Amino acid sequence: MTAPTTLKRTPFTEFHRAAGAKLVDFAGFEMPVRYTGDVREHQAVRTGVGLFDITHMGEFIVRGEGALAFLDQVVTNDVSSLAVGQALYSPMCRPDGGIVDDLLVYRYADHYMVVVNASNMAKDFAWMQQQLPATGVTFENHSDSTALLAVQGPKAAEVLRGHVPDAALELGYYRFMPGPVFGVEATLSRTGYTGEDGFELYFPMEHGVKVWEGLAAAGAAHGLELIGLGARDTLRLEMGYMLYGNDIDDTTSPLEAGLGWTVKMAKSGFTGRDALAKQKAEGLKRKLVGFQLDGRRVPRHGMAIFSGGRQVGHVTSGTFSPSLERPIGMGYVETGLTASGTALEIQAGTTMLPARVTARPFYTRGSHRS
Amino acid sequence: MAYPDDVRYTAEHEWAREQGGVVTVGITSYATDQLGDVVFVELPEVGRKVEVGGTFGVVEAVKTVSDLFAPVAGEVVEINPALGDNPAIVNQDPYGEGWMVKIRLADPAEFAKLLGSADYEKLIEEHHA
Repeated sequence: MTAPTTLKRTPFTEFHRAAGAKLVDFAGFEMPVRYTGDVREHQAVRTGVGLFDITHMGEFIVRGEGALAFLDQVVTNDVSSLAVGQALYSPMCRPDGGIVDDLLVYRYADHYMVVVNASNMAKDFAWMQQQLPATGVTFENHSDSTALLAVQGPKAAEVLRGHVPDAALELGYYRFMPGPVFGVEATLSRTGYTGEDGFELYFPMEHGVKVWEGLAAAGAAHGLELIGLGARDTLRLEMGYMLYGNDIDDTTSPLEAGLGWTVKMAKSGFTGRDALAKQKAEGLKRKLVGFQLDGRRVPRHGMAIFSGGRQVGHVTSGTFSPSLERPIGMGYVETGLTASGTALEIQAGTTMLPARVTARPFYTRGSHRS
Repeated sequence: MAYPDDVRYTAEHEWAREQGGVVTVGITSYATDQLGDVVFVELPEVGRKVEVGGTFGVVEAVKTVSDLFAPVAGEVVEINPALGDNPAIVNQDPYGEGWMVKIRLADPAEFAKLLGSADYEKLIEEHHA
């Protein structure tokens, strides 16, 4: 039995409520899952611009002369390759190669920021802390004081024009700079989880209202819509982006998940390296694939995947794609069944839904910079 | 939220409207709020017999899926043909154009056992207390 808990709120909870959002418990936070409708919100981000409260994400600050070596030990991607003002996507692995979390590392002039999933925040902090060297690194959790809003969509830069330094609007994808937004000192990051152009804005929680009201006022002329976690999920799934807890977890490796590009075997050593090198040498037994279906029945997390009357895997994510107007999903299947066009069957109750393996991203017309 | 009092309800969030021994069935506005955008409704064949609480179909929303449970026993005599092309009417007009099936009551006394709007509203409030 678990004790009743009070949900954490963000500086924007009352704005969500006033806008008529349906609020749900997400990783211990009271978060908006939907304002007007999943499809409408999804299309607003694909064709216009949307505002997401993702304050629930966790932010860790890493400083000191040993910061780079520490980060390159705990994550699989190459932190040393980062220029100041650049962000990096990486898994963080267990010694057995399972994924503890997927995260972003930001390199500032004199420190690093690590951004993690809300549901893993406490686990990640403890995990990283136990790998801290005795000296040379300070490691702090700033999650409780950092607000995070995402402005995403082809019109995102227009909403921010005049309210951030012009240089911020020239940032390339996965580049960032410190600077003011509506007069509040922030990290202005050209990143996102939607496949569209856009920014993620990190700033102190105490200035939350000022930034929110500024964005709402500046966004009105551009049709800015509020976007809930429901549309956040359909947007990311159309891009084939991972959702921790669905597509990747402690039992899946980055190689199986198709994240081999984030595993830098050439690094001198990192947690999980030996296991991943062994997996690579021996060959994978299963891989994550994308698939699409005809009809309108939707694959869901946990459904069994069949081929030739035999179970060959399971669905990790599924939704009805608003852009493609058809069901799409991802799941792990045996490695012989990963070629594009391969026929699969997905068990939905007593029905078998025909599916076929499809290249990701499912949606290829996004406005994000590459 | 107010629930119309010209229909009766189940605890599984179906509504039922009786006329001349035939019950029209749909899902409540509470259900559509929980589900979000409906993208597909799988309905039974006309002529199928259903039992009280038995599954008669599936409603797929973008984010989730739910079975549909028959509020009364009887025979399916009509399904809503409009849902095939435009399942969104379930969200837009759950108690009207978004109806799903019509069932000829096996036992006319059974309809009165369903919840009234006040009891249904109370059930929702208790669920959220």
